Amino acid sequence: MTLAEGVWHQIFSFENYGELLALVRNSLIAGAALGLVGGLAGVFVIMRDLPFAVHGISELSFAGASAALLLGANIVAGSIVGSLLAAGAIGLLGARARDRNSAIGILMPFGLGLGVLFLALYKGRAANKFGLLTGQIVAVDTPQMTWLLGTSALVLVALAVIWRPLTFASADPDVAAARGVPVRGLSFAFMIVLGLTVALSVQVVGALLVLTLVVTPAAAAARVTASPVLLPLLSVVFAVLSIEGGILLALGSSIPISPYVTTISFTIYALCRLAGTYRTRRWGVRRTAPQPA
Amino acid sequence: MRQPVPAAVPRARLGEAPAGGSDSGAVVSLRGAELSYGTRVVWQGLDLEVRPGEFLAVLGPNGSGKTSFVRALLGRQPLSAGTLTVLGGSPREAGRHVGYVPQQAELSAQAMLRARDLVRFGIDGHRFGPRPRTGAVRRRVDEILASVGASAYADVPLGMLSGGERQRVRIGQALATDPRILLCDEPLLSLDLNHQRAVTELVDARRRSHGTAVVFVTHEINPVLGLVDRVLYLAPGGHRIGTPEEVLTSESLSRLYGTRVDVLRVQGRVVVVGAPDGPAAPPHHTHETAHETAHETAPGAVPQTEEVRP
Repeated sequence: MTLAEGVWHQIFSFENYGELLALVRNSLIAGAALGLVGGLAGVFVIMRDLPFAVHGISELSFAGASAALLLGANIVAGSIVGSLLAAGAIGLLGARARDRNSAIGILMPFGLGLGVLFLALYKGRAANKFGLLTGQIVAVDTPQMTWLLGTSALVLVALAVIWRPLTFASADPDVAAARGVPVRGLSFAFMIVLGLTVALSVQVVGALLVLTLVVTPAAAAARVTASPVLLPLLSVVFAVLSIEGGILLALGSSIPISPYVTTISFTIYALCRLAGTYRTRRWGVRRTAPQPA
Repeated sequence: MRQPVPAAVPRARLGEAPAGGSDSGAVVSLRGAELSYGTRVVWQGLDLEVRPGEFLAVLGPNGSGKTSFVRALLGRQPLSAGTLTVLGGSPREAGRHVGYVPQQAELSAQAMLRARDLVRFGIDGHRFGPRPRTGAVRRRVDEILASVGASAYADVPLGMLSGGERQRVRIGQALATDPRILLCDEPLLSLDLNHQRAVTELVDARRRSHGTAVVFVTHEINPVLGLVDRVLYLAPGGHRIGTPEEVLTSESLSRLYGTRVDVLRVQGRVVVVGAPDGPAAPPHHTHETAHETAHETAPGAVPQTEEVRP
């Protein structure tokens, strides 16, 4: 029993909660921005079938961040540079799905290898190293905050501008191209937006678990709604719930934030999937009803 | 078979349309048009004028350039030689005046959209910036869905619809901008006979009520045989343009294919026997964009006769 209790207290500890809360104020704000951006970008990641690209970009983002750590530069900036290089390369190399996946498969291990190299050379605090891969919550200081919020704002504005034609181009590329939508240009623009989003997510959940913020919430939302308004809205709500819940639960414990975030995020997905089967059944009934000719 | 061309030409759109058709009144006009990928000539010497309200069927085996023809009309595939004007201007400028029904592709991304969202794309999907909240657009979408008989499943994701239902929605989307040309790429593919009839009736009703010209790419003529004014038959050895009676004969197709082809008319249907399906080699797309939308079905997927159903 004592062992179990010990483990329990390592995972959930709410001693001195009030004081700790003040420490993570920055992280909570960053988390909200991240949930917003990740939830929205996730909608297109699902629609354009890009989860693997997200993973690939996050590994190069990790390489960029670890390079910055080694050089003593701004980690957020480093991670953005890595992300943008990866996103740009994927956008240029792989317009078509099959090429894209190969390009990502080639870039990803290279990025991870570089990251490991930089971390091995880095002689600073070990927690910094680990944090880049699995997330950290108290690491967000004020200059980083400025970077995080500024980049989030940039991503939000970009998404607001391209949202409609990007949806058209993602869901119905043939007709969109026929109607003069710049399908290729939008595809590249979205990769850049995605790169920025991933770079932000790496700061909080870590490079290995970016998918939990950028894919899972949108996938969960897609299970329960097809409305173009409700889908992004729910996706954002799920992403914010996951990350803020994760930060609050991880606060008193010695365990990284990521298992909390991923567990909440996964639970939401599981619930949505359950709710989704009911929804599917309802339409199934409708479809067997006689159709007007 | 020729239908009288309706007098009612769609109302002029203020300031947006290229000043109407060309001098001849044709909505699509090709002169000496040629398309080739590298050294492979897909078609050449194509002279064709499509008039308002005309129903043109584009026939031919796989790899004969039917899809390239569609892409050319959409301005997505430049000609290698000759000229092409759509509504008196370049095909790209014609944009919203061409309603496009693409070949049914796999639905992975569309599956999560509702029928009404697809139709709405047709209206304002190409615009940048936030979408203003307008009831007018919504009402227009409802109107279109009702006109193609798709109201019952307006809010159902496309992934849950049958092929026939999806095709109704597709036609609604193509009609959303009130186009003057309707361009359909194999719209009857994998539909059963009832849905084939429903789709062709929708298309035909539109051209009668609005004088919309229809360019209808198909590998099977029979579902539209009664509606077609003219046929453009593309084959590896050339092409022919004319009424179905002129083009779909043993003599004309034998000459096109350079081998003996028999065209039989049985109970008002046309049966083509002995037409080799496509070029000897599988259709190769040297142009990279042709890969993106793998339009042509695999060689051999289409039987030797055009009509095999009992």
